[in-house]
Amino acid sequence: MNPPPDRVNGAAMAGLVVMGCSAGGFRALTEVLSGLPADYPLPVMLVQHLHLNDEGLFAGHLALESPLPVTEPFDKEEIRPGHVYVAPADYHMLVESGGTVALSTDGKVHWSRPSIDVLFESAAYAFGRRVIGVIMTGASDDGSQGIRTIRSRGGFTIAEDPATAEFPFMPRSAVATGCVDTILTLEGIGKKLADMARNIISFPDETCRYE
Amino acid sequence: MTNTQDNVEAIEIDLLLEAVYRRYGYDFRSYSRASIERRIRHFLSTSGCGSISDLIPRVLYDDSFFSRLVRYFSIPVTEMFRDPQVFQILREKVIPVLRTWPHVKIWHAGCATGEEVYSLAILLREEGLYDRATIYATDFNDEALDQARAGIYPAERLKDATRNYQKSGGRRSFSEYYHAHYDAAAMEASLKERVVFSSHNLASDSVFGDMHLVFCRNVMIYFNRDLQNRALGLFTESLVHGGFLCLGTKETLKFSAVFRMFEEVDEKARIYKKTGGS
Repeated sequence: MNPPPDRVNGAAMAGLVVMGCSAGGFRALTEVLSGLPADYPLPVMLVQHLHLNDEGLFAGHLALESPLPVTEPFDKEEIRPGHVYVAPADYHMLVESGGTVALSTDGKVHWSRPSIDVLFESAAYAFGRRVIGVIMTGASDDGSQGIRTIRSRGGFTIAEDPATAEFPFMPRSAVATGCVDTILTLEGIGKKLADMARNIISFPDETCRYE
Repeated sequence: MTNTQDNVEAIEIDLLLEAVYRRYGYDFRSYSRASIERRIRHFLSTSGCGSISDLIPRVLYDDSFFSRLVRYFSIPVTEMFRDPQVFQILREKVIPVLRTWPHVKIWHAGCATGEEVYSLAILLREEGLYDRATIYATDFNDEALDQARAGIYPAERLKDATRNYQKSGGRRSFSEYYHAHYDAAAMEASLKERVVFSSHNLASDSVFGDMHLVFCRNVMIYFNRDLQNRALGLFTESLVHGGFLCLGTKETLKFSAVFRMFEEVDEKARIYKKTGGS
């Protein structure tokens, strides 16, 4: 009756980066991803609020600007390190504890599908303290609940500095939860993610919250 | 600490799903864990219970409480002509082949509240195939099936439906297919004539006939890989040689046990043709 044992890298997955952004997201993501090395050892899963008819265009454009491969995942695709997964338009993207992607067409959350909260919460429940959650530019409060959940399950949380974010509402709303560990510029976020990954790989038994 | 908590919660969820299965026969144990957990937590927050464990005795002793829970587990999420380009491609690549059979049998598995059943019926009618087709529309959720049978939808949703219909290559005025009355719209009765609605559970039931097209979109995303393989096994067994399988746009046979039995007809629309086996 238990879910099938890990056939994939779930148990072995050192950590997972989840990101959420909305308005202004493309530029922000380009900058953060370009701060990561091409051999980045963690998977990155991200929700950008997309137009219904996007059909993979956003992921395609982001791939051109990113040192890491960027794709929209299929349902139950294995999550690989060093790969960026963009939630497809009109689907929620969740993560299974076995290390696979699960998509859903459940109702919108914060008027959004995909919703940042849905990704963040599922990551927090599946991977607990191995999760790093990042909220960036946007004009919605999607993601704030997710930040709370990541924090309560022992993960590490980052918000883009509202003072420099193109659309400050979303990171400000995340910071207002009191559950954000650090507030950084886009450049700082890239650096932090690179540093933390090195640390997670070197000390796999430590929590993300090593500071 | 968190680790222990996690384990306890995983046990609670296992026990709840086991209780539901043994008491009522609905098997959610092989559902996508991430999605079902999300729904359980959401249900918990509206239930007045303090923990997932507290749900278990209520589910066991209170049928109506269970009905509420099962409604949460199977929230139907469907719309007419969702992904219009898929219907366009069905018109272009699948209908011409279906035409070569004297009678066309279609299994719409997991039809939920029926929006896509009517979409298919409309498409078949416009292509002149409706009168020699039978659509077997199945779902495990009887309440959803009743709604599908009734074919009455909130009028506000018809705006999106009309737009999708037009994008799908629809040839008429969409308003010909329903009768609006205040804030509800009833689908035209003749669209049900060739449809057989019946209860069928992909987790526990078996195949019930030879099919030329199996239509099952965004249903298996709620299953884990084992249950996906079970459902795909049923579809494969059910399809005649050369029959078609249409999945959701983010579903693929690539990770499945039946991958080699099919060839891809259209990559974007996720339409496959059965070429292997009998």
